[in-house]
Amino acid sequence: MTKISPNLVKHMSKLAKIPISEKEEGEFAKGFSKTLDVVDKLFKVDVKNVEPTHQVTGLENVLREDKVDEKKMLSQDQALSNTKKKYNGYFVVDQILAED
Amino acid sequence: MKTNELTLKKAIELLDKKEISLDEIYVDTLAAINEKNKDLNVYLKIDKDALEKAKKESNKPLRGLPIAVKDNFLTIGLATTASSKVLDGFMPPYESTVTKRIKNSGGVVIGKTNMDAWAHGSSTETSDYGPTKNPRNPKYLPGGSSGGSAAAVAADMTIAAIGSETAGSIRQPAAWSGVVGLKPTYGRTSRYGVVAMGSSLDSPGPITKTVEDAAFLLNYIAGQDSNDGTTSSLPIPDCGKDLKKGAKDLKIGICYIDHPNIKATPVAKAVEEAGRVFENLGAKVEQVGISSELEKGKILTHEHAIGVYTVVQRGEVSSNLSRYDGIRYGQDRSHFGHEAKNRIMLGTFSLSKGYSDKYYNFAQKVRSLYIKNFKELFQEYDLLISSPSPSYALPLGSLSDDPMFGELQDMLVEPSSLAGITGISVPCFRDEKTNLYLGLNIMGDYFQEEKVLQAAWAYEQASGWNPWVKI
Repeated sequence: MTKISPNLVKHMSKLAKIPISEKEEGEFAKGFSKTLDVVDKLFKVDVKNVEPTHQVTGLENVLREDKVDEKKMLSQDQALSNTKKKYNGYFVVDQILAED
Repeated sequence: MKTNELTLKKAIELLDKKEISLDEIYVDTLAAINEKNKDLNVYLKIDKDALEKAKKESNKPLRGLPIAVKDNFLTIGLATTASSKVLDGFMPPYESTVTKRIKNSGGVVIGKTNMDAWAHGSSTETSDYGPTKNPRNPKYLPGGSSGGSAAAVAADMTIAAIGSETAGSIRQPAAWSGVVGLKPTYGRTSRYGVVAMGSSLDSPGPITKTVEDAAFLLNYIAGQDSNDGTTSSLPIPDCGKDLKKGAKDLKIGICYIDHPNIKATPVAKAVEEAGRVFENLGAKVEQVGISSELEKGKILTHEHAIGVYTVVQRGEVSSNLSRYDGIRYGQDRSHFGHEAKNRIMLGTFSLSKGYSDKYYNFAQKVRSLYIKNFKELFQEYDLLISSPSPSYALPLGSLSDDPMFGELQDMLVEPSSLAGITGISVPCFRDEKTNLYLGLNIMGDYFQEEKVLQAAWAYEQASGWNPWVKI
C-alpha cells in the first residue's frame, strides 16, 4: 500500500502551483492513498517484454512544413483579448525575481 | 407534435418539403429551453441570434438546424468555460474544428451545455454551475461528463448535440438519459479547440435522438485536421449510405456480463436480451469470457483498466491544465475546484521523478495489453457488446466524496477508451417505474464506425426501445 503523507501533498501542490490549505493537505493525502490502493492492483499484471503505448493508432512523426501561416495566427489584440492585466500591448505577469 | 421533438433527419425532410419552417423549429426549441432549463440546468449559455444565423444556412446540409454543444468546445462569440469558474466569462479568440465544421455545414450552435468541470466526472455534478438533472426523471443524474448535451437531446431542447469522451463521457450520459451517443475512434474527429483533458484519449462525437442522426452528423465533423496531428488520414466512408444494411451474419461477442459485480444485475440481463435481438436479426452471438490475464478468445477484465486510466488520465490532466495560469485568460489557479485540484496533483505525483516509471510507464505497458487484446478479439468478432455503465442513472448527490466515483462508473468502457476504438450507446431498456433507461454499448475495431452504426441501426429498429423510432 502506498501511503501518501500530507507533506508530499504539500510538495505536489507547490510543483503544480495549486494553493491548498493545511486542512486540505490532510484530505487530499487520504484521497490519494485511497486512489493509489486501486492503482496498485495493477502491478500484479505481467508486462515483461511489453512496450508502452503512447499513440493508439500508430501515427508517427506527423510534421508540417516549417513555415509561418499568418491565417492561423492570433493578432496581438486577439491574444490580449481575455487578459485582466495588460500594459502597452503586453501581458503583465507576476514578478519572479526580486532585489534583496 | 412540436417541431423540437423531430430528429435531425426528419426535420431536414420536412423542411425540404416545406411542411415546417425554421422559424417554427426555433420557436418550439426555444420554448422548450425556456420552460425546462431553469429546473434541469442543461444550458449554460444560449445564442440569442441563433434563428437569424439559421436563416442564412437553409441551403446547406444541416439546413440551419440547432445543435447543442458541450461547453468544452471553443466557440467564437459564445463564452466557453468547460463548466469551471477558472474560465468564467472566457471568450474564445478562435473556433474548435468540430464546431467550425458544423457551422460550415449549416448547423447553428444554439447554446453551450453543462458538463462536469473540465470533463472530470461522470455525473455533471462537479460543474461549478450546479448539476444538470436527468430529463427522464429529475431526481436522477444525467451522467457525464457530457450530461448537458445528453439531457438537451433527451428533453428535446435541441435537435442534436455534440459531446466529447475521454472514457465514457459520451456513452454513459447517453445511456442514462435514454439517447444515442457515438464515441468515434481516437483520431477520427479533431481535438483542436477542445479544452483538453487526456490528450491520448479525447474523442469528440455526436449525441443524438437516433442512430441515423449520429451517422449523419458524424459525416460532417469527422476527418483529418491540419491543426490536430493525431487525426487520421484514412478516408471516411459515408456512414449514412449503407446504414440500413442490417446485422445479418455479423459475429458479435457479449462482454463483461460474467464479472461477479455485473452478473445477475439488470444491466447484464438487458445486454443478454440485446444479444437475442441480434440473433433474431441473423447475427451469430457468443459470450466472451473475462480473464485477468491476456488469453486468446477472452476479454481482459476491466479492472486493470481502472488503474491504467487513473494514472494516464491524471498525468495528462496535470500537464494539460498547467496552461491555466490566469495571466493570458481566466482566473488564477486558486479557482480550480476540488476534483481538478485532486487530479492535477495526483498526476503531478505520478509523473514526478522516481515515480513516472513506476506509475505512468507501467500503466502505458498495460494499455498495450488492452490494445493487443482488442486486436485479437476483432479478428474473431465483427463487434463486441456490453453495457456502457454498471447501473441505471444514480440519484442526485451520489457523487459524495469518493475520489474514484467516475472510474467506477466508467469501468466498463475504460478498456475500449484506452485502446481508442469506437463504440456507440443506444437505448436498450426502460424501467417503467422510474422512467430511466439502460444503454447498449456496441464496440467496433479502429475506424469501423460504419459497421458499428449499421448494427446499432438494425438493433434500434428491432428492439423498439428508442422513443424517437416509431415501429
